[in-house]
Amino acid sequence: MLLIPCPYCGVRPELEFSYGGQAHIARPQTSASAEEWAAFQYERVNTRGPHAERWRHTHGCGRFFNVVRDTTTDQILRSYRSGER
Amino acid sequence: MRSRFSGWSLLLGGLTGQRGWREQWRAATPKKGYDALIVGGGGHGLAAAYYLAKEHGIRNVAVLEKGWIGGGNTGRNTTVIRSNYLFSESSSLYDHAVKLWETLSQELNYNVMYSPRGVLMLAHNVHDCQVSQRHIHANYANGVDNEWLTPAQAKAYCPPLNIGSELRYPVLGGALQRRGGTARHDAVAWGYARAADALGVDIIENCEVTGLKRDANGAVVAVETNRGVIESRRIGVSAAGHSTVVLQMAGVRLPLESFPLQALVSEPVKPIFPCVVMSNTIHAYISQSDKGELVIGASTDAYTSYTQRGALHVSLHTLEAVCELFPAFRRMRMLRNWGGIVDVTPDRSPIVAKTPVPGLYVNCGWGTGGFKATPGAGHLLAWTMAHDAPHPLNAAFTIERFRDGLLIDEAAAAAVSH
Amino acid sequence: MSGPWRSASGGSSIDRSRPVRFEFDGRPYQGFAGDTLASALLANGVHLVGRSFKYHRPRGIMAAGPEDPNALVTVRRDAARYTPNLNAAQVELYEGLMAESQNRWPSLHFDVGRINDYLSRFLPSGFYYKTFMWPRKAWHGFYEPRIRAAAGLGRAPSEPDPDTYGQRFAHCEVLVIGAGPAGLTEALAAARTGVRVIVCDEQAPPPRTSPADSAGEWHDIRAQLAVMPNVTVLARTTAFGYMPHNMVALTERLTDHLSAPLKHVPRERLWQVRAREVVLATGAIERPLVFPGNDLPGVMLAGAARTYLGRYGVLPGARVAILTANDEAYRAAVELRAAGVEVVALADLRPQVMGRLPEAARQAGMTIRTGTTTVGTRGDQHVTALGLCAIGADGTVSGAVDWIGCDTVLMSGGFTPSVHLFSQSRGKLTWDASLQVFVPGAAAENCRCVGACAGEMGADSGGSWLGALPRPEGPATGKSFVDWQNDVTAADLDLAVREGFRSIEHIKRYTTTGMATDQGKTSNLNALAIAAQRLRRAIPEVGLTTFRMPYLPVGFGGLAGYARGELFAPVRKTPMYDWAAERGAVFEPVSLWQRARYFPQPGEDMHQAVARECCNVRRACGMFDASTLGKIEVVGPDAVEFMNRMYVNNWSTLAVGRCRYGILLRDDGFVYDDGVVARTAADRFHVTTTTGGAPRVLAMMEDYLQTEWPDLKVWLTSTTEQWAVIAVQGPKARAVIELLVEDVDLANAALPHMSVARGRVCGVPALVFRVSFTGELGYEINVPADYGADVWRAVWQAGQAHGICAYGTEAMHVLRAEKGYVIVGQDTDGTVTADDAGLSWAVGKSKPDFLGLASLRRAALVDPNRKQLVGLLTSDPNVVLEEGSQITATASLRPPMKVIGHVTSSYYSAVLGRSIALALVSAGRSRMGQTLYVPTRTGESSVTVTNPVSYDPKGERLNG
Repeated sequence: MLLIPCPYCGVRPELEFSYGGQAHIARPQTSASAEEWAAFQYERVNTRGPHAERWRHTHGCGRFFNVVRDTTTDQILRSYRSGER
Repeated sequence: MRSRFSGWSLLLGGLTGQRGWREQWRAATPKKGYDALIVGGGGHGLAAAYYLAKEHGIRNVAVLEKGWIGGGNTGRNTTVIRSNYLFSESSSLYDHAVKLWETLSQELNYNVMYSPRGVLMLAHNVHDCQVSQRHIHANYANGVDNEWLTPAQAKAYCPPLNIGSELRYPVLGGALQRRGGTARHDAVAWGYARAADALGVDIIENCEVTGLKRDANGAVVAVETNRGVIESRRIGVSAAGHSTVVLQMAGVRLPLESFPLQALVSEPVKPIFPCVVMSNTIHAYISQSDKGELVIGASTDAYTSYTQRGALHVSLHTLEAVCELFPAFRRMRMLRNWGGIVDVTPDRSPIVAKTPVPGLYVNCGWGTGGFKATPGAGHLLAWTMAHDAPHPLNAAFTIERFRDGLLIDEAAAAAVSH
Repeated sequence: MSGPWRSASGGSSIDRSRPVRFEFDGRPYQGFAGDTLASALLANGVHLVGRSFKYHRPRGIMAAGPEDPNALVTVRRDAARYTPNLNAAQVELYEGLMAESQNRWPSLHFDVGRINDYLSRFLPSGFYYKTFMWPRKAWHGFYEPRIRAAAGLGRAPSEPDPDTYGQRFAHCEVLVIGAGPAGLTEALAAARTGVRVIVCDEQAPPPRTSPADSAGEWHDIRAQLAVMPNVTVLARTTAFGYMPHNMVALTERLTDHLSAPLKHVPRERLWQVRAREVVLATGAIERPLVFPGNDLPGVMLAGAARTYLGRYGVLPGARVAILTANDEAYRAAVELRAAGVEVVALADLRPQVMGRLPEAARQAGMTIRTGTTTVGTRGDQHVTALGLCAIGADGTVSGAVDWIGCDTVLMSGGFTPSVHLFSQSRGKLTWDASLQVFVPGAAAENCRCVGACAGEMGADSGGSWLGALPRPEGPATGKSFVDWQNDVTAADLDLAVREGFRSIEHIKRYTTTGMATDQGKTSNLNALAIAAQRLRRAIPEVGLTTFRMPYLPVGFGGLAGYARGELFAPVRKTPMYDWAAERGAVFEPVSLWQRARYFPQPGEDMHQAVARECCNVRRACGMFDASTLGKIEVVGPDAVEFMNRMYVNNWSTLAVGRCRYGILLRDDGFVYDDGVVARTAADRFHVTTTTGGAPRVLAMMEDYLQTEWPDLKVWLTSTTEQWAVIAVQGPKARAVIELLVEDVDLANAALPHMSVARGRVCGVPALVFRVSFTGELGYEINVPADYGADVWRAVWQAGQAHGICAYGTEAMHVLRAEKGYVIVGQDTDGTVTADDAGLSWAVGKSKPDFLGLASLRRAALVDPNRKQLVGLLTSDPNVVLEEGSQITATASLRPPMKVIGHVTSSYYSAVLGRSIALALVSAGRSRMGQTLYVPTRTGESSVTVTNPVSYDPKGERLNG
């Protein structure tokens, strides 16, 4: 069970969180192409290594935030608020 | 020509100190080029190489494996085989594999121990029953066996099952596919490797693909590996969770994510569990190996990872369900726990297809169900590579189906929660 | 009394004043308090304790700890408390303990399965891959059942386990694993700084009254730790799993050592410990030597013999031959001799032996045969002789064999650091060429290894041997075991390499070495050395197999913990649950909720009850507990904009006080959820969701709100459990509630269909909805959940005069199906669009964006042949189609057949006097009036495609 640093509440166990998938994927405009929509909905970098991803502190503050985790070790490199990079 | 396996050869081996056995596959070194390359020496990739050689006459083939063959999900799964999927595209695909399983030991001259002991999928609420019934009817229409068992019939089929009403989610019945069952996972990899090797296929272990070379038209011409450049204009990628990494080398992005999936076994005990039982609702997947271990599958973890290990609480959750359904097993003990990396698509159906890059083919996205498909996936990947066009059975399993909204959404349709 | 094989005195763990009776295979024996089953059996001269997995060879006790591969027994307290495969060296003796040997028939001393041993030349590693393939079906039908019956060790328990299990989470600054000298020193140092320390050790705590011996100072440390408030010492507690982020899983065994289970104490407890730093003081395990016949009972690790003598006062035999490559074995020689055991031979594989310990042996008058190997043992069910032979200067063995008569052979190949947990933590192992073992290298977590597990073996522990011992040319006279339990021999490893298995992982899997219940604790390094030699590669090049959780087998019960029965998953009950239960309602689980499915009256089955409830609603009225529906309060200046983006509907035109049926798509265009949405103020919506969908809809709303549209000023609150919801439906509904409702004008004009008003019901603040999921005049009264049961009772009382009934989910389903209302998740399945479900009228066509809008343009989603929701009427009105059954356009097809749709809902409608069904059918809306077919295994029905609404198609009753 991972320890996840919530930028709002501090470090908490994974059980308090929900995984939100790859971070920094912007939702396209309605007018965008089918390819752009498919990329938004389905394509994922699936990185081997540092991976920017979203977590939600569901059983805490309820906030979404971002985490960079190395998917080859599961060690968390940093966390930051939504909207930040 | 290597020696054929049989009871007679075994007897002979016994009388000669087992000295006559030859290597089951050669330790091949890469040649300059091949007519076809398979990236990924799991069961699927080895099967594809075998069928390229056997059925399509393409024998100048190499399988490139970055570690040891069968060391990925082929050797890390719970060996369940079934084909009772909902959509006709899926059930036809998986049933193609089951039909190959039925004669695979003889085909390969390697006992893969296909054991059609029946797969019983439990229903715990009204919705489960509805979903099960829909599967049973859909399978009937497709000519795939699947039948409804009442709780008492389920108990008769699997005596350790608790069908009591004190359960939080009592057993309301189950769907049984009698042709479903298990096989010996390592034997599948080794059997295909040995049979492919006999047909001339080079199996190259410890060979990691680090790049893909393409010509001016964008078509693939070679792979770069830690053992040098290997040329081929026909490359099939069958690298499960690592497929995104390989395809990325050609600029192809896949709708794929890699999640940890755990499994565990108990200590070996005398036969107690005659079939395979699955419960998608409370996440219990259990059978007993021929060695006597209870083989138990857990759910995938919530997050993507390549670590080949999952969280303890995920395994605990599965054991809670197993102990609830089989309360005598509380005194059994976990002997080994391990993780695989499963490559999951958004609709939980695989991709076996051409890619936008000429000469590059992909077989991936089998999620938690890849083992059962091994012969079928290899067979269809080989067909697709040989014809540069999909077989009718995998024609729907394209990359483009996501863009076009032609999903084969087994997860949504079955309301499976993982 | 307590066994003839006790030393005159000594035994630091046992209490010689407290004899303990026990049984093994039905025969009574006696040991002492503090004995393990293994020590007590040895004290009674019982060496044959088990049979091996494959060849059924007689096996004895080889080790004194968790690494023992042989002495597996079943311990039975009663029929239900039956535990197979326990290691006798870890089973603590208690009064009345009953143990049985395993994997033998008919008896331990005469086991028919031994025939496998005599046929073993035909059963090499992997033999089963090469045969049993003809005829094709014989594997599953004939061979497999026989192989399965022969495999397995003990028998599984067959009755539900009556014991309870506990779980605990704990946090500490320092977790010390292993309470030997190294671990205790670390623990005390950490504890003195005042931080929280947890120390665990797999063994029983040493007795407090233990005589002062060489371990005296460690007793002092234990005593100090025991009284420190910041220290938790856990005995009988095995650290078995090292998880990411410094979480370690421990299993504590609380009652297995007691003569009777304690009533309020769990049998085992799982600890999940999160530590800032982990100190691994897990010690090292002595390696056996690989030589022919090394598995006979009486062959034992030298260190184990010392443990049995020192801790338990047990003599392993009377005439001991010792073969070693490590100095520690000389301690055993000296100590055993001091206890009166005759050391008949003392042989060392090394050409020269010079350490302090060998010198001590020499000074005690013992002769050391250096440069000596063995050709094997003699004996049937117990060792009777060891054949020694000199190793020539060139390493070959050719001289005469000196057969030494003995009843015990002690061996030592050196010590392997217990790096299992370190390796589990993903720490790197490095090869120590001088020690010839893998030792901890770079750590992956905040952890440190100390003592022997770090390769700190002590000055007197020199010497090691890896792999098979040198022996004369020519075929061996017996099997040289590498993995005792799985019967893997050096020859099996040879065969695997010969057959082309080059990866150590392949060799392990092909031979099964290291895969037994001991997880290769004694075998891994020897197997690796043999494989490396055959592959002509260096050991670190060949590499180790992965260490996997758990370090030792861990009980399922402890891992499952408290989760059983009602505690398996939380049970959510509405405020009206008790009322329904008192009236005999039958409940169904829906997600975590228990919902009343129907309210049978005496003698009624479900169909009769449902028919009565449905007719009652249509004729008079019924009341239904709708409290489980998800409820989300959407509030804020941008609430309308937010709702416009989330749901397909146009919310800008919804007036305050009015309701609308809302549809939520995923961005892929498929229906995700639905529910009535009320606008309760200009900036406020009361959104209802499906029962199962509530959490995921809220999560999805939060996702888009927080990460896509953070500029919107909207706040979301789940109010599912704040409101109790009482649906009153039927022509008499208004009459039933009007006397209870205050401040709300229930007249059609004031509160028309799809409207909402605040008021009071039974004096309680309430939201009164005029909505209907039955097609009848209907209200849904929302009151604060605490008042739900009382208001429900009041409505029930008021309804008596009007013939009210309570109805459950099953009647609700029939009533809505008669009206063609869909249930998301039953009539839709995640592949259905709003248009497919006949709901395109709800879509706000002019909106610039909403979830799923872009996807709806895709060709596949506007294909005219998509499945569309229709009604089906069977030609025989009494035939109720099976839900999920498939639909064809042509009669009498045989599988595989072309299917054009499936039945989603199907019921017998008592009100209509016939069956009804909803179905998704390809281009269904263009097939009205067509005859289609529903083939099943048991026969085929013909059906006519109709409008989904089969009752009151004009909707007049809504306005009742």
